[in-house]
Amino acid sequence: MISVDIEKKLKTYKGQQTLKINHQFTEAGVTKIYGPSGAGKTTFLKMIAGFIQPEKGKIVVDGTTWVGTEAGISLPPQKRLAGFVFQDYALFPNMTVREHLEYATTDQAWIKRLLALGKLETLADHKPLHLSGGQQQRLAILRALAIKPKLILMDEPFSALDPEMKTTLLKELKNLFDELATTVLIVSHNLPELESLNGDTFNIALNA
Amino acid sequence: MDLNPIWLTLRLAVITSLVLLAMGLPLAWFLSRGRSIFKILLEAIITMPLVLPPSVLGFYLLLAFSPQHGVGKWLQQVFNIQFVFSFQGLVLASVIYSMPFMIGPIKSGLQGLPVSLSQASYSIGKSKWQTFVHVLLPNIKPSLLTAIVLTFAHTLGEFGVVLMIGGNIPGVTRVASIAVYDSVEQMDYATANAYSLILFCITFILVVSVFVFNKYRLKSPLE
Repeated sequence: MISVDIEKKLKTYKGQQTLKINHQFTEAGVTKIYGPSGAGKTTFLKMIAGFIQPEKGKIVVDGTTWVGTEAGISLPPQKRLAGFVFQDYALFPNMTVREHLEYATTDQAWIKRLLALGKLETLADHKPLHLSGGQQQRLAILRALAIKPKLILMDEPFSALDPEMKTTLLKELKNLFDELATTVLIVSHNLPELESLNGDTFNIALNA
Repeated sequence: MDLNPIWLTLRLAVITSLVLLAMGLPLAWFLSRGRSIFKILLEAIITMPLVLPPSVLGFYLLLAFSPQHGVGKWLQQVFNIQFVFSFQGLVLASVIYSMPFMIGPIKSGLQGLPVSLSQASYSIGKSKWQTFVHVLLPNIKPSLLTAIVLTFAHTLGEFGVVLMIGGNIPGVTRVASIAVYDSVEQMDYATANAYSLILFCITFILVVSVFVFNKYRLKSPLE
């Protein structure tokens, strides 16, 4: 169970607004997060991952407090180990596809399986600069999965994939999530694309 | 011709570049993250030698490390180190004088990397140090090269600050730029020309190499 009750001030074009989230997310399940642009969906994921601190509130994951502003608790991202798929992919320009995965894990069998999942086996020795947008996005997903995370946070993870690739990848990801018993939070502005993925939906909107 | 001033200059430039690389990496990383009044002041102090007359810097270093009083006296008595009119004094002065050339390019390089690169590395469990070594540093190689070469070349070209704190002691503090000045004073233009030509060539090769190695950036290394 991931219990979130946080407040964070956001600067928007309408001036300062407060992002308030109070929700329990299902463990080992998928939650699809949607909401208008600029509502704080990315900020929300980054607060869970530990990249941004909320001003007020608590995040409790599996009974462990990750954030507790009153008690001054904030677990560093390295201890939260939440797989994160960035909207801008955040791939390392100096590393090949295989090196990205080897940087995250030493489990060669797992790396082989991930490369097959992302259909990147033949591109394993290429750097991000020489990958297409869709290939880069798949690598970003694989890197996040490489640590076998208990929680994975995905920010618009399928936006650059063609429909066919999206359907196959989603099917295989679903099996993988079940196998790892991973809790999945996916931000998407296009909910129908996630139709094949069973799960809850959660709307993020700003309060003025 | 006495080649000692050339060797001394090269030795000074190598040592200064190494010391500044070791100091500059953590300092540039610290300065590249966030803004605070302390960081602004620190960066201003580091940048000062770019615009301050070298003789001013040399004058204050001379005062600060004079063995007659203050810090200089204490260093002399406790550690038997003398920074005035000595080679270690030249290294100290050069480190301060060339610091902006090392810090500037590295800091801009680090700031040019998206913050999500570090975040991605943290999220897979890597420490700040691992992230710095495996993710940040390899992706700022052109900036790093620019910083090292500019620092080296700038140290070769020092004159005022070196003269103030080091003087003109053959084999100890008499670097090439001072040997040029000294030769001219003695109307020995042939020697002055020899030293000048060597300095000119070394510096020219260094600057050209930066442009060549950084050709993919299509920008001047000073930008």
